[in-house]
Amino acid sequence: MAVCIAVIAKENYPLYIRSVPTQNELKFHYTVHTSLDVVEEKISAVGKSLGDQRELYLGLLYPTEDYKMFRKLHNSFTDVMCNPFHNPGDTIQSKAFDGIVSGMMVQTG
Amino acid sequence: MESLTLSDVEQKYYSDLFVYCDTDNTKKVASNGRVLDLFRAAQLPSEVVLQITELCGATRLGHFGRSQFYIALKLIAIAQSGLPLRVESLNSVKDLPLPRFVVGKNEAEARHAALYQDTDSQGLYPASAHGVIPRPPGRGHQNKKGPPSSTSLPVHEVIQPLAPSVESQPEPTSPVVSPHQSPPTSPHSWRKHKRQHSGGNADRPPVVAATGAVWTQFREPQTGPVSGDGMWSSHSPPPPGQESWVSFTADTPPSSTVPAMHPSSVQESTTIRTVASAATTNEIQRQSSSYDDPWKITDEQRQYYINQFKTIQPDLTGFIPGSAAKEFFTKSKLPILELSHIWELSDFDKDGALTLDEFCAAFHLVVARKNGYDLPEKLPESLMPKLIDLDDSAEVPEPTADVGYSGSPVEVTPNKSPSMPSLNQAWPEMNQSNEDTAIVHPVPIRMTPSKIHMQEMELKRTGSDHNHPTSPLLAKPPELSEEAKLPASMKFVAANTVGDGYSSSDSFTSDQEPITRQRSQSGTSPEALKVVAPPPPPPRPHPSHSRSSSLDMNRTFAATTTAGQPQPSTIAYPPAVPPRPLPTQTSVPHTGHRVEAEAVPGGGAVLTTTSPQQIPQQPNFADFSQFQAFAASEQPSSLPEVDKHSEAGQVDKAPEGAGPLRTVKSDSQVDERTSTTVNSVKGSSGPLAPPPKPIRRRLKSEDELRPEDEQHGPQKSNVIAAVLATQPSIPRSVGKDKKAIQASIRRNKETNTVLARLNSELQQQLKDLLEERISLEVQLEQLRPFSHL
Repeated sequence: MAVCIAVIAKENYPLYIRSVPTQNELKFHYTVHTSLDVVEEKISAVGKSLGDQRELYLGLLYPTEDYKMFRKLHNSFTDVMCNPFHNPGDTIQSKAFDGIVSGMMVQTG
Repeated sequence: MESLTLSDVEQKYYSDLFVYCDTDNTKKVASNGRVLDLFRAAQLPSEVVLQITELCGATRLGHFGRSQFYIALKLIAIAQSGLPLRVESLNSVKDLPLPRFVVGKNEAEARHAALYQDTDSQGLYPASAHGVIPRPPGRGHQNKKGPPSSTSLPVHEVIQPLAPSVESQPEPTSPVVSPHQSPPTSPHSWRKHKRQHSGGNADRPPVVAATGAVWTQFREPQTGPVSGDGMWSSHSPPPPGQESWVSFTADTPPSSTVPAMHPSSVQESTTIRTVASAATTNEIQRQSSSYDDPWKITDEQRQYYINQFKTIQPDLTGFIPGSAAKEFFTKSKLPILELSHIWELSDFDKDGALTLDEFCAAFHLVVARKNGYDLPEKLPESLMPKLIDLDDSAEVPEPTADVGYSGSPVEVTPNKSPSMPSLNQAWPEMNQSNEDTAIVHPVPIRMTPSKIHMQEMELKRTGSDHNHPTSPLLAKPPELSEEAKLPASMKFVAANTVGDGYSSSDSFTSDQEPITRQRSQSGTSPEALKVVAPPPPPPRPHPSHSRSSSLDMNRTFAATTTAGQPQPSTIAYPPAVPPRPLPTQTSVPHTGHRVEAEAVPGGGAVLTTTSPQQIPQQPNFADFSQFQAFAASEQPSSLPEVDKHSEAGQVDKAPEGAGPLRTVKSDSQVDERTSTTVNSVKGSSGPLAPPPKPIRRRLKSEDELRPEDEQHGPQKSNVIAAVLATQPSIPRSVGKDKKAIQASIRRNKETNTVLARLNSELQQQLKDLLEERISLEVQLEQLRPFSHL
């Protein structure tokens, strides 16, 4: 399912992008980019706290399974952010994060 | 090729080297270039190298397969030890030291390269390559060379200079100057080397230590002091000497010996973990130790780390915030990426702060890294944070987690433990918050069930506004508590949160039946009051129940599980609401009596209004019965019966939680009846009567309760009255043992009740959650159209 995972920073540039290599990565990247539009639309509509945003994501994804996926991703993302050596805005270079993402991608297809 | 038998150490060493040489990652063939470099690093005459190559069969095959490689390594070792090169000697030579390679730098570089992947490695590589080349020939065995010679020295030299330099100037800057810095030049034993990565280099920067160790081995004790003590200290190796390293090693500025050290040390340590011929045993030991458990922290190292920890955070049980840790470790001059990786490995609970254990692990990793060890992908067992500061024993993260977790509860405040941002840590928080919400945190209660505690909780619950059975919360606490394994403390916390005020008295005194009961009663009294109110807030029963029940349950469980004593029953008490009305109506003596006994101080307070009497009475039921038996109560005649009843009831009252409810109800009703005795009886009968009922009642509407109360009222009132009457007045003298037994019985029953109640509450929560889920899914469905781009 997850053929491409991307973490986008506030400034709309990707902090992390990973695609299943078999696919056309560029296409995925575009898709991700366009998805930002959707997200943005939703955010502007809702404009609420984090919880709501999270819901947005849940809404974007398929329920249940994706919810878990997103949560897992989000957890690893927060772990990365917690790292004092990580400068916000840097691309994410955490191996653990990579590992988790890989796991998610592989399992989801 | 002749078959080759290798010792474990050798096997590992060779395997590592093979991997190192296996640049194409074929796992089968070592690239010739690397292999040759390696052989060169062995510092054997080229003819010997050629011979070896031929002997191992590579010449024949044209490449170095694994077996050839191993054979070649073995031959190198043989050659280095001065034995003639014979194929036969491959297996015949015993205790052959591992081949030594001076390459150091090269390998280190290579490792770095591998480690850092692009940029770094590239940066390093050239340097290393550069360094390496001149090294082998020149360096030779010049461990002791002065720093200046380092320039030309490959890692090897680096090591040397390091040593001397270290000696000369232990770098104060290096963050990790190991305290062990023993007199610089003092020959550090091999052992030290061993400890290197653990961080001991006394003089030498860790790298040096590693290398030093290596050197010494190579060179015999000259380089000696590898002393891994201060890994950092090793950094201090005189900059000048290390300059070569520095530039070489890191792209970092020369002054920082540390970086330089790293590469060199790394290389040295990695490649040269060999043992000098002289110290074969040591070497082997060292190697084996390093191989077997390279991540083990020795005592010295740990002590050093602890000292360093103290400089940042004087409280050894406290945390080092991320920013401070960042500064500290940045001083090590490791690349940020590596530091980031180290952080990820060592911040086990992912809370953005380092505990002592985490800090030691991080430090250790830094030292190791500086010495050239590659960072592991996962935290090695021996570095796992543990509750106990042990040197080995891979403790699971759990201890930390537990610590963290327990920490919060222990505080017994609703506040959670300091840093628990991660979800994992959320549990404790939840617990606490849950409690506030008055839901029962069934969970946490591993604690020794203390009636008082429970009662307090009950009280709090009833008193405060914990009306919402935050179902999710409810669910959570139980889990949490279980996980937390915190005994009373947990519960306590839970209780506290619930009761907010409970905490203080939460003694987990197990046998505080009376008290707990009182508490529960008191708790119930508020409930009772509420009950009286037109629509007794549903949550009340819930929260109160839940709280009480949860508490009770928890306690009960805890009690049962832990103590396995009557305590559980005590826990149950709180839930079982002693007939509230009774207290009011019942004789004050009861209350007085009870109160004094265990006096639900909290309960009393909580109750505030009418309940005080009730409370005491209720809790007293259990006690009262005993009292009744003994003392001539107000209803002497009935007392005996009542006593029995009450006792029985009390026992039954196990579901004290329910009891209180009932009592509340019954109180109200009793009030109507206006017979203290009745109340008391009720109270007592309550317990007698359907102990389970109270529980159910809680869950059910109060109406149900009411009727029940009414029904039981009379009975209860009788019993209660009797009990109450008797209890207060009855001195505890007589039935102490009986009382004990009854108390325990009661407690058990209460526990049962509580558990049952808890169960029902949880069921409700589950339903709620399911509903929520359904609604959420509906929402998702609605939003789904947007999800497809």
